[in-house]
Amino acid sequence: MIAVLRQRLPQLVTAGIFLLLFATAGWRYRGENFASAPNIANLFISNGSLGIIAVGMTLVIFSGGIDLSVGAVAGFTNILVAVLVEQHGVNPWAAMLLGLCLGTLFGAAMGAVIQVFKQPAFLVTLAGMFFARGCAFWISTESIDFKNATMVRLADYTVRVGGSTVHPLPAYVLLAVFALGYVLAQHTRFGRNLLAIGGNEQSALLMGLPVGATKIAVYALCGAGAALAGLVSTVITGGDSTYGNGLELDAIATVVIGGTLLTGGRGHIFGTLCGLLIVGTIQSAISFDGTLSSWWTRIVTGALLLAFILFQRLLLRLTQQ
Amino acid sequence: MADVESPTPRLLAMRGIGKNFPGVAALAGVDLAVRAGEIHALLGENGAGKSTLIKVLTGVYAPDTGEIHLAGARIQPASPRDAERLGISTVYQEVNLIPSLSVAENIGLGRQPGRLGFLNWPALRRRARAALARLEIDLDVDTELGALPLALQQMVAIARALDLQAKLLVLDEPTASLDEREVEELFKVMRQLRAGGLGIVFVTHFLDQVYAVSDRLTILRNGELVGEFLTAHLGRLELVGKMLGREVRDEEGHRAEGRVGMATGAMMESTAPLLEARQLGRRGAVHPLDLTLRGGEVTGLAGLLGSGRTETARLLFGLDQADGEEIRVRGARVKINSPRAAVRQGLAFCSEDRKMEGILPNLTVRENIILALQAKRGAWRTLARAEQEKLCAHYIQALRIKTRSAETPIKNLSGGNQQKALLARWLATQPEIIILDEPTRGIDIGAKEEIEQLIAKLRADGVAVLFISSEIEEVVRNCTRIVVLRERRKVAELAGDEIELRRLLHEMAGATPAHE
Amino acid sequence: MKWLAPPLRMSEPRHRVWWKSPAVWPLAGLMLLALVNLKFNQEFFSLSFQDGHWVGAVVDIFKNGSTCLILALGMTLVIATGGIDLSVGSVMAIVAAVAAARLARGDALPVVLAEGLAVGLLCGLANGLLVSWAKVQPIVATLVLMVSGRGIAQLITGGFQVRIDSADFNFFGNGFIGGVPVAPVVATALFLAAWLWLRRSATGLFIEAAGDNETASRFAGLATGRIKCLVYAVSGMGAAVAGMLAASSIKNANPLHDGLNLELDAIFAVVLGGTALSGGRFNLLGTYLGALMLQTLTETMYYDHVPSAVAPVPKAVLIILVCLLQSETTRRWLGGLRRRVVA
Repeated sequence: MIAVLRQRLPQLVTAGIFLLLFATAGWRYRGENFASAPNIANLFISNGSLGIIAVGMTLVIFSGGIDLSVGAVAGFTNILVAVLVEQHGVNPWAAMLLGLCLGTLFGAAMGAVIQVFKQPAFLVTLAGMFFARGCAFWISTESIDFKNATMVRLADYTVRVGGSTVHPLPAYVLLAVFALGYVLAQHTRFGRNLLAIGGNEQSALLMGLPVGATKIAVYALCGAGAALAGLVSTVITGGDSTYGNGLELDAIATVVIGGTLLTGGRGHIFGTLCGLLIVGTIQSAISFDGTLSSWWTRIVTGALLLAFILFQRLLLRLTQQ
Repeated sequence: MADVESPTPRLLAMRGIGKNFPGVAALAGVDLAVRAGEIHALLGENGAGKSTLIKVLTGVYAPDTGEIHLAGARIQPASPRDAERLGISTVYQEVNLIPSLSVAENIGLGRQPGRLGFLNWPALRRRARAALARLEIDLDVDTELGALPLALQQMVAIARALDLQAKLLVLDEPTASLDEREVEELFKVMRQLRAGGLGIVFVTHFLDQVYAVSDRLTILRNGELVGEFLTAHLGRLELVGKMLGREVRDEEGHRAEGRVGMATGAMMESTAPLLEARQLGRRGAVHPLDLTLRGGEVTGLAGLLGSGRTETARLLFGLDQADGEEIRVRGARVKINSPRAAVRQGLAFCSEDRKMEGILPNLTVRENIILALQAKRGAWRTLARAEQEKLCAHYIQALRIKTRSAETPIKNLSGGNQQKALLARWLATQPEIIILDEPTRGIDIGAKEEIEQLIAKLRADGVAVLFISSEIEEVVRNCTRIVVLRERRKVAELAGDEIELRRLLHEMAGATPAHE
Repeated sequence: MKWLAPPLRMSEPRHRVWWKSPAVWPLAGLMLLALVNLKFNQEFFSLSFQDGHWVGAVVDIFKNGSTCLILALGMTLVIATGGIDLSVGSVMAIVAAVAAARLARGDALPVVLAEGLAVGLLCGLANGLLVSWAKVQPIVATLVLMVSGRGIAQLITGGFQVRIDSADFNFFGNGFIGGVPVAPVVATALFLAAWLWLRRSATGLFIEAAGDNETASRFAGLATGRIKCLVYAVSGMGAAVAGMLAASSIKNANPLHDGLNLELDAIFAVVLGGTALSGGRFNLLGTYLGALMLQTLTETMYYDHVPSAVAPVPKAVLIILVCLLQSETTRRWLGGLRRRVVA
């Protein structure tokens, strides 16, 4: 038991910080009902796409890799579905399925280049980012509003939470993706292999794990996640080819704050969820405050990132023999 | 010289194994036979071919000649995974597991119990506990592997091997980083496994341990088989002699032949010591020892592999932090805590691991040669290009470095020539104290002579030389004083007339009448 | 004993002849682009002298590419030590904000320039200490400033874009020296100064050594920690210069847009120029040509009326090509192919 706690220390710290932040903001802004159900729901809703991307990114980072193309891929599927549905009359579900497939294939292609040609993931996914962004712009540079009945119905879907109306779709997808990510990472051989490869690729090879196939597969998964995030965003806010610009860095920051080591081999999906909630709480608190300007989000996120990086190095120095 | 065949059938039989690499025959006609329920030690100095043989056995290399038979059937392992599947499991010195995962996960990685792709964690933990129980070890299987001491990590690796139903366990230098108590624990486990019918190949260079735990041993030298012996029937001195290729018989107490360039018995007048180290030591590396280096004297550091010679040199040069030692250079107390500080005190260190610690592979020969000198001078007192080229030309000629030009990247040179270039690097700094760690490894005979002449010249120039070499004739030939290390302790210091081969072997082997 | 061994055969004889320099690749790329333009768009090369200065596509390339040039200079050194600096774009924004705020306050130009440089140096040192002392991975270390930098810039400007009215300051981004725009002159001067510094002193060698084999360099007595800190400091100062140039060019400090994504272009230029991401040998001329080539690519597409939004695609293809060419796997395939053809 103690051992498990020791291993999960970074994630526990993250969870602790989230609770602390939320409690502080909740008490500070209790007049405006910060800790109300709709606001909590909003934590998941407004950051839904970021969270979906962060799950895929977590898996890639587990294996010691990185994927800079996720924001661009999200933008690509976003505009693809919008254009197909609104300008070519394609069935929305078919269009979304196509987007998902393309995102997955794109991820797999990048993974193949990284694995077969032994090139740094940074460079290859950077190229992927440029490529996907360019393709998105090539499809359309104008934003598109949905008139299609199905899409409108999806966008208008609401539920009542604690006296307010919210659009829960992003939150549903987010929670589903987190659940899927958790099961994959904790309860399948694939997930454990990811951590093994990130922990020590040489040893993983010697132990006979299918390193090559696993690495390609994880990039494919990450691409699928990015595509899904794009689909969610297009339903809620309409088609926009600039969507997702910079999202990859927010995702990386979320993952690192969540206690996952960027070098790979260590981390937990739950940590990413906490990291997401922290980012969401900061944003929410700042907007509730009214006097604090929005840029404090970036500064605080950066400071948190720094604190976590140093904390992780300290922890590593102390626990490793 | 194999002993009478015992009736127990052989579990592992490697016959006539040969392996060639471009330009080098790493193994030729080597046999290895291990019986079930036996601990079999594999011995040999550097370059003997131990690691190549193990790599052939575990499927990393395919042998060019020879056959491997396991439990009677011919096998040809194509990869480590393949070898594992066939029943040969290896535990490496660096453990080669995943430090960030738990003990249970490491034991079961790649074969976790589960259904439809989903892991069964309780079953995984149970299996891990069972595997550890066979070694009579009880620990929390959820502990992160990297948080355990190395000795325990090795136990986990062994447990994994057992979980894999290994028939033959290869332990590759397992005790190098363990203290005495941990070594005893490991031996306890090994004896248990032996009693259970496992065959164990124990690769080591610690002779005490060989005598403590092994039943039989095989000696390799220069890629060839020297012989297989029953441990109990082979004396220490004979053992060391076979490893080093020196037949030492009792009557021959005379000095080694061919002491080139040394006036026999002529000691330099004692000059003031250039470097005095008192109680130099570091936990896990070498026990505290005293060492004095004098100008114009070549001090040898002799010992078998693993005796702590390189570790001592690293402490002197500031690469590792010593535990409270006292170093005096030219009488003044100094603190050497980095190579930079050491160079400032006039030291130089030519490392034995040229690939990791020596060459800058993509930089040119010239840049490699002038680097230490330039580092000493700082970034702004540059050496003019003409000066650099003159320096390089001088050393290329003096050391006969074979290179098309001084501008070729050093990675294109052969190992021996790289070594010479590294030597040139340090000579260029005109040090007062130079440590040479295996300077002649991988260098052919002609070049070796040149290096020995160079050492003589350094001596004549008043430089203090610390000379580390595994070839004891070299040490005897070139040194006026020899410090002998054994199992990380200084055991003797021979000077002048005391230096002769038999005495040296004695000290290195630790052979006292009780042992022989 | 005679040397009976045959003369040493190298696998690839490498001499210091110019055609083997990695700078050849971006040069070839530039020439290729020039040919493409010759074929499709002759006006590309037209130069005219108007209002006391040169005008033309080539001039635009130099002027618009000077920010990338300066960033890539610092990035070359960082990459040479095996690291990377993702924060340069954000540092540009911070320094632009500082400069704009100070100018609005009425500070003298030299003071403003000095302050801008100091801020850049501070940011660079922060990165450098994280990497060399705290031993944090460079990607992560510089990510901190990349994420928080724009927030800091917004803090300084109060969230607004700040207009810059100082004519002296704006001269750098809009003025001309001898008919040539100031910005590229500054960029080229910096390159020359860097080249002189790095090659006249042993600093260039030390940086290459530390990147090629850090352990061996330490063994040889180099202070590798200090070297690493230095390159990040240089990169930070370069970002400061670039930030002030860019701000003066648009007469405006915009915390959200200054330097956006420019670090990626800088990294790209360095890789194009022949410096490997893994560190070691660096090539300043290659980086210079690489940055120019990138800018030429952008201008070519602009002149050929390729929608600017799609411009990233050829860049992406280019990166992948570079990756494939540099890959060992490709070399082995090609080697096998050549052997079969020759046989």
